[in-house]
Amino acid sequence: MVAEKPSTKNISVTIRVWRQPSAAQPGRFVDYPARDLNPNMSLLEMLDVVNDQLERIGEDPIAFAHDCREGICGTCSLVIDGKPHGPHHGVASCQTYMRSFEDGSVITIEPFRARPFPVIKDLITDRSAFDKIQQAGGFISIRTGSACDANATPIPKETADLAMDAAQCIGCGACVAACKNASAMLFVSAKVSQLGLLPQGQPERDSRVLNMVAKMDELGFGNCTNQYECSAACPKLISHDFIARMNRDYIAASFRAAFKPKPAAGSGGGA
Amino acid sequence: MATLNSNVPPGPLADKWRTYKSNLKLVNPANKRKYEVVIVGAGLAGASAAATLSELGYRVKCIVFHDSPRRAHSIAAQGGINAAKNYQNDGDSVHRLFYDTLKGGDYRARESNVHRLAEVSVNIIDQCVAQGVPFAREYGGLLANRSFGGAQVSRTFYARGQTGQQLLLGAYSALSKQVGAGAVELVTQHEMVDLVVVDGHARGVITRDLVTGKFHRHSGEAVIIATGGYGNVFNLSTYARGSNTTAIWRAYKRGACFANPCYTQIHPTCIPVSGDYQSKLTLMSESLRNDGRIWVPKKNEDCKKAPADIPEEDRDYFLERIYPSFGNLAPRDVSSRAAKRMCDEGRGVGETGLGVYLDFAEAIQRYGKQVAARANLVNPSKEKILELGEAAVKERYGNLFDIYHEITNESAYKQPMRIYPAVHYTMGGLWVDYNLMSNVPGLFVLGEANFSDHGANRLGASALMQGLADGYFVVPYTIGNYLATLKPNSRPSTDAPEFKAAEENAASIVKRLLAAKGKEPVNHYHKKLGKLMWDYCGMSRTKEGLEKAILEIGKLREEFWANVNVPGSGDNMNQALERANRVADFIELGQLMCRDALAREESCGGHFREEHQYPDGECKRDDEKFAHVAAWEFQGEGSVPLRNIEPLNYEFTKMSVRSYK
Ligand SMILES: Cc1cc2nc3c(=O)[nH]c(=O)nc-3n(C[C@H](O)[C@H](O)[C@H](O)COP(=O)(O)OP(=O)(O)OC[C@H]3O[C@@H](n4cnc5c(N)ncnc54)[C@H](O)[C@@H]3O)c2cc1C
Ligand code: SF4
Ligand code: FES
Repeated sequence: MVAEKPSTKNISVTIRVWRQPSAAQPGRFVDYPARDLNPNMSLLEMLDVVNDQLERIGEDPIAFAHDCREGICGTCSLVIDGKPHGPHHGVASCQTYMRSFEDGSVITIEPFRARPFPVIKDLITDRSAFDKIQQAGGFISIRTGSACDANATPIPKETADLAMDAAQCIGCGACVAACKNASAMLFVSAKVSQLGLLPQGQPERDSRVLNMVAKMDELGFGNCTNQYECSAACPKLISHDFIARMNRDYIAASFRAAFKPKPAAGSGGGA
Repeated sequence: MATLNSNVPPGPLADKWRTYKSNLKLVNPANKRKYEVVIVGAGLAGASAAATLSELGYRVKCIVFHDSPRRAHSIAAQGGINAAKNYQNDGDSVHRLFYDTLKGGDYRARESNVHRLAEVSVNIIDQCVAQGVPFAREYGGLLANRSFGGAQVSRTFYARGQTGQQLLLGAYSALSKQVGAGAVELVTQHEMVDLVVVDGHARGVITRDLVTGKFHRHSGEAVIIATGGYGNVFNLSTYARGSNTTAIWRAYKRGACFANPCYTQIHPTCIPVSGDYQSKLTLMSESLRNDGRIWVPKKNEDCKKAPADIPEEDRDYFLERIYPSFGNLAPRDVSSRAAKRMCDEGRGVGETGLGVYLDFAEAIQRYGKQVAARANLVNPSKEKILELGEAAVKERYGNLFDIYHEITNESAYKQPMRIYPAVHYTMGGLWVDYNLMSNVPGLFVLGEANFSDHGANRLGASALMQGLADGYFVVPYTIGNYLATLKPNSRPSTDAPEFKAAEENAASIVKRLLAAKGKEPVNHYHKKLGKLMWDYCGMSRTKEGLEKAILEIGKLREEFWANVNVPGSGDNMNQALERANRVADFIELGQLMCRDALAREESCGGHFREEHQYPDGECKRDDEKFAHVAAWEFQGEGSVPLRNIEPLNYEFTKMSVRSYK
């Protein structure tokens, strides 16, 4: 978490921001001064202040993605001084505060860069590929209203806690941006592990991992070469142990898919 | 004048829903594909409805302004979700949850709706667990619970401090499954900018593609709006920055009544404001009040001292003092006002004097000793107890303490948190009947966007419950009853003149915003509006203040349209334009909220009129004159809206003075 000097003195910085009008047009860095900033201001609030100044003179404000501004929605997605989500461990871009920067410094701000996340404008990228992976298998099929009593299946606390560790992923994509291969393994393994750990997730365990991984490959995400830049950049500190767990699941599922006898299809229309 | 028929079914309270449900009209399964439902919003309410309706076989289109349904503001809910499971065997029941919620709302909600909510609450937990929501568990493997404000039982289910995230991801996974199967058409980064009404029925919406700037027409047999709350009218709030009123406001302008717009929830435990650059306020979950004790110094002169230097006897644990039976777990409206009174007396803490302490020292000691005893430590040192206690508190609330640290750079393990009330939830919203249908037939409204279940104050952990109840367990039945009255495939063509007119209306607003080319950025106006609302329509309200605010907001509106500067064009992604489009609606809504607060000459729940209070500062309701819902009806630009009334007829519960003492 943050561990910074308590500072009360206002600071001034220069921000070097990636500006790109649209996916089709080329982008470039542009410098903007940001003066007299309260160190307790967040980085995004600093961008608000710069944008207000730009709008006042009729210039196009810097487009950046944000919503909750408390590290949970996964919308914010900046590369700050070369690091996805900035200098601090375990926080999202929106949880980066100006007290992390020296007075007079130049702060470089770029979008997440990865082939499966094309730039839409300035600092905003298209991460809909993550939704597509989810749609391929990131669920337990349970029709509304058909569930049994919630306490019918006790789940050991450790199992539930581990599933929760994985479930905390906010779908931001920093893991992909941090990886030189643009691999989505951390993201996918978090969902696969959460559902695979729970008894409710067992029936679809094999098809889930096979389908999600196939979709991930199809969408152009790269391979994992065990550098673990992903978990280092992850704002929720999702552990790369989940990748190993998913690999085991994947191998077992592929094996079973290859050798499992298939049941006779359907039972026909009946009388 | 709008017709407001609540359509509450007859019969004993506990049987209404069951009997009604089994008598609703059904749509033939083979015909369901011939009905399209356009759903705007995919928070808890929208996503659960979209998944369930498509499972039932309807064609569903789901539209969100976010880049993914998983980003909806529901994701930020921290504390938990209520359900009358009585797993703790502490005497909970459907009736008790019903009663607590009704009383918590200061007897300004519909009895029948609240009872139904309590009934289906138990199904919600079952559904979520089956989806793989990793709720907190006890060592024996069963589900754990905690307590929330306004209740004397432990009925709140939670997933660390991220309950909303886990519930939303559950609903999102159900929705994703249907999208993947081709059963739901998902439309992201589209903002609803108008409702299309054909022959008096809601038949579609107009959206603006936030990436290309283009307008799109969507037609359906019915429309569901589940776009969340409008608390950002105050600018500073615990809401995500993108939360807006545009969908419901534009529906209001097409004839849907807006109910109780002034009912706003101010949450007592938020991190105080620190500067005018601030863009949002951060909630510290109510669950902290299970263990944190709230206090201010007894003496004004102690306020600037370090809290550790103020001895126990000079501290005023005011909630425990004033409300001994509920103590630190008094409901939100009551706790917020008490904190404000302390600060008004000059006993607030922190730089601005607008803050009170939320102190964990005692909890750390208590847990430390418990853990030491469990581990059979003999004569543990003070340091050891502190260490064990901090670890125990960390396990319960670690992520909240981290958030607090990130924002304030202070450790709440070492010194008490400073907190102050902030805008958090809006109980008001579009008026709906028992079927969750608005007065415009075919328009259903779910989740925080409607007004239905929380009366004048919402209890903690009941918004998540309501959103999921509406989407999973209510609208899937009630919408069938409406659709069964329509011919299959009867939705209009998007070439119909009503679609054209609505699109032109939305486009003309965008055009005017871009044409203003004035001197001030959009945020300037949002901040000004927020300040007016907070000062005059916030935690306490007066006739004089509200009258003034109505005038001032009128002026602000003119100034906005004359002097806002929205750079760029409408033909591509333009975030300044997105904000301007939303702030334009907030300004108009703000004025309506003040009108509503002015007309309601009583105090109830979150609505506190200084003229109407008991000598001890508690809310003084006027059941004779105001035991009703106020549903405002648009009368055209420049005309004063009409205040319609739906009387609240309590058949089964006695409206009594709400006491938490
Ligand atoms: C910080 C915080 C903590 C909370 N904690 C709790 C808690 O512990 N327990 C509890 O019960 N409640 C809690 N609440 C309240 C609760 O989270 C919300 O009331 C609830 O999640 C709202 O859900 P919803 O589905 O109605 O709307 P939202 O989740 O807000 O979803 C709105 C949806 O509508 C879409 N949308 C909005 N406007 C438009 C538009 N114009 N066009 C197209 N799409 C649009 C959005 O994209 C989104 O998908 C908390 C609230 C906050 C702010
Ligand atoms: S695994 Fe971490 S970095 Fe990757 S999407 Fe999830 S939260 Fe973001
Ligand atoms: S803005 Fe939501 S995580 Fe950063």
